[in-house]
Amino acid sequence: MAKTLGPVKRKFSPWTDPNAVPFIRFENITKRFGDFVAVDNLTLDIYEKEFFSLLGPSGCGKTTLMRMLAGFEEPTEGRILLQGQDIRGVPPYRRPTNMMFQSYALFPHMTVEKNIAFGLEQDNMPKGEITARVQELLKLVKLEQFAKRKPNQLSGGQRQRVALARSLAKRPKVLLLDEPLGALDKKLREETQFELMDLQHTLGMTFLIVTHDQEEAMTVSDRIAVMDKGIIMQVATPAEIYEAPNSRYVADFIGDINIIEGKIAETASALGAPGTVRIESEGLSIAVDQECQAVKGDHVAFAIRPEKVRISLDAPADGSINAFYGEVWDIGYLGDFSLFIVRAEDGRFLRAAQANVSRLVDRPITFGDMVWLTWSRDAGLVLTR
Amino acid sequence: MANVAEANPVTNTAASVGGPSWTRWLVVVVPYIWLILFFVAPFLIIFKISLSDTAIAMPPYLPTFDGFGNLGEFFSELDFENYIFLTEDPLYIWSYLSSLRIAAISTLLLLLIGYPMALAMARAPSSIRPTLVMLVILPFWTSFLIRVYAWIGILKPDGLLTLLLQTVGLMGPDQQVQIFRTDYAVFIGIVYSYLPFMVLPLYSALEKMDNSLLEAASDLGCPPWKAFWKITFPLSMPGVIAGAMICFIPITGEFVIPDLLGGADTLMIGKTLWTEFFGNRDWPLASAVAVILLIMLVVPIMIFQNQQKKVV
Repeated sequence: MAKTLGPVKRKFSPWTDPNAVPFIRFENITKRFGDFVAVDNLTLDIYEKEFFSLLGPSGCGKTTLMRMLAGFEEPTEGRILLQGQDIRGVPPYRRPTNMMFQSYALFPHMTVEKNIAFGLEQDNMPKGEITARVQELLKLVKLEQFAKRKPNQLSGGQRQRVALARSLAKRPKVLLLDEPLGALDKKLREETQFELMDLQHTLGMTFLIVTHDQEEAMTVSDRIAVMDKGIIMQVATPAEIYEAPNSRYVADFIGDINIIEGKIAETASALGAPGTVRIESEGLSIAVDQECQAVKGDHVAFAIRPEKVRISLDAPADGSINAFYGEVWDIGYLGDFSLFIVRAEDGRFLRAAQANVSRLVDRPITFGDMVWLTWSRDAGLVLTR
Repeated sequence: MANVAEANPVTNTAASVGGPSWTRWLVVVVPYIWLILFFVAPFLIIFKISLSDTAIAMPPYLPTFDGFGNLGEFFSELDFENYIFLTEDPLYIWSYLSSLRIAAISTLLLLLIGYPMALAMARAPSSIRPTLVMLVILPFWTSFLIRVYAWIGILKPDGLLTLLLQTVGLMGPDQQVQIFRTDYAVFIGIVYSYLPFMVLPLYSALEKMDNSLLEAASDLGCPPWKAFWKITFPLSMPGVIAGAMICFIPITGEFVIPDLLGGADTLMIGKTLWTEFFGNRDWPLASAVAVILLIMLVVPIMIFQNQQKKVV
C-alpha cells in the first residue's frame, strides 16, 4: 500500500455560518439504560460533508450516540433530525446511514466479494452494476486479489478494509465509523487515517467517527466533540481543542498538559496589557494574556503544554514571573523530543518538552541538574471549569 | 525414549511443558482402549456371528471357536448366507427403508420444533438462559422408559388426551382419540424424546453468534426476516448438522418407542432386529441385520463429518 497524502486542507467551516442548515441534528437527546444515563440532554449539529469525531473515554456515551443515529437504539428523550427529518421509529434497514463496526462484523460465511455486495443486493441493484461497484470498491481498498477469500483467511488490516468497503458500497449519506482503526498497528493506522480523509473528500460523504484515540481524532476531523459521562464538554476544530480547551477535562484528555491550580491575584491592566490575568499558586506567580471571566480570588487552573515550556540552566532575566525552579527528576527520551520532568522544592512537578534538534547523545541538561522552566504569557491558558 | 528426546530437542521441550511423555501417551491411548474394548471387539464378535449358521445349541449358532487347532475348519464354516437371505425377504429391506423414512420425517419435525425453541433461548436475556437450558435438560431426570410409558397413558383411547378433549368439548363423550398404536404415536414419542438432543446443539450454535452481524445486515438494508435466512440460518448450519446427526442415527435404530407406542404395522429395523434375536432366536441373522444397520449409518456419518470439516 503506497502512502498517500491527504488532500490540501480545504477552507471548510459551515459551523461558523449562521445560515448553514445542519445535516444531522441531535436535539436534547437523552438515553437511559435502566438507571444508567448514557447520554444526557445532548444537543449537537453536524454539517454536510463534515468529518466529525466523537471523542471520549469508554462509557462516555459516544457509541450510544452513534448507535442512535444508525437506528440500533432509540433515544429515551429528544429527537434526531437527518436533513430536517425526524428519524424516530425508522428501522436501521431504512436509514441512509451505513456503519463500519468496531468488530467489523463481517459475515464469516461469505466471501469478501459477497460481503461487499450484500448491501447492494438488498437494494435489488442489477447484477452487472453490483459486480462493477464491487470491483471498484475492491480496487479502492486494494483487495482485488482477495475477492474470493473468506474473512477468516484475511489479516486484521485486510478485514478492516473489507468492512470499510462494505460500509461504503451503498454510498450512504452518512458513514458511521465505530473505532474503525483500533485493531491496526500504528503505522498502518496512520496510513489508513490519511486514506479515510482522502476518501471522504473524494466521495463527499459526511463521516461520523467514534474514537477514544485523540491522535486519530486530531488527524482526521474537521471538528471534534469531546464527551464525558454522556455530555459534550467541547465541540471545536482540532486546533482549537488543543490550543484552547475550555475545561480541565478537555485539556487533560487531549495531549499532554501541565495543570497548576491557583487563585486569581490580579485581573487588571496592572501587568501592562489589558486582558491579562495573574495567578498566584503557592509562591508561583503566573501571568497570562487572556480575557477571563473570573475575578480576583477565584479558584482557577493554569494549563500549559510541555512543548511550550522552555528549559534552561540559567535564571531568567525578567524576574520571577512565569518561572519554575527545580531539579530534573526524570527525562523521557522519545526520539523526536525529550520530556523533562522537573520537581520543585515543594514537591510539585512541571513537565517541559524539548525538540531534539541536534544529534547529541549527551544532552547538556541531565538528571539532578537544577533548572529554570519559563514560558511566555501567551503560551498557557486559564481554565475556570 | 531418552534417546528420542535427545535426538529431537523440539519433542523434548514439548514433553517438559506437558509433563512426562508417558502421561501424554496415556491420555491418547485410554480412549482408544475404550473403543477397542467396547466397540471394535463386540462388533467383531457380532460380525463373526453374522457369518455363522443358526443351531439349536448353547450359544445358538455354529461354528464356535474351539482352539487354534481347528482354525481352518472354523473359517470354512463361515459364509455370507445370512446377508444373502436379507436381500431375499422384502421384510428386511422394507424395515430398513421404513426406519430411514421415520427417522427422516422425525428429524425434520425435530428441526421445525427445535429451531424456534433454540432461537428463542439464544435471544432470551442472558440472565434466564441457564434456567432455560436447565428446563430442556430436566426430562433426563426421569428414566426414558418411564417417560415413553407415560405417553401410553396420554395417547391411549381412554387416556388423558381423550379426557382433555372431551372436557374441553372438542370431542363427544362417545368419541376417542385413535392415535395410540399408529405411526403418529411413534412420531409423537420420538419427537418428544429426542427434542433436547436437537435443541442443545442448535442452541450452542445460535448462542455464540455475534449479534453485531445481524446489526450489520440491518444496517445494510436487510430486514430481520431476510437476515434470518441470509445470516442466522447459514451460520447455525454446524448446529443443524450436529442436531440432525445426533437425532437421525439413533432414531433409525430405535426400538423402545415403536414397540411401546407403534402398531403392528409400524416397521422399524430395531423392532425387526429384536424379533429375530429374542423371538426367533436367530442370532446369526439378527447379527447380519445389525451389521448392515451399522454400515448404513456409518456412511452418512462420514459424509457429514467430511462436510463439516469443509464448513469450518
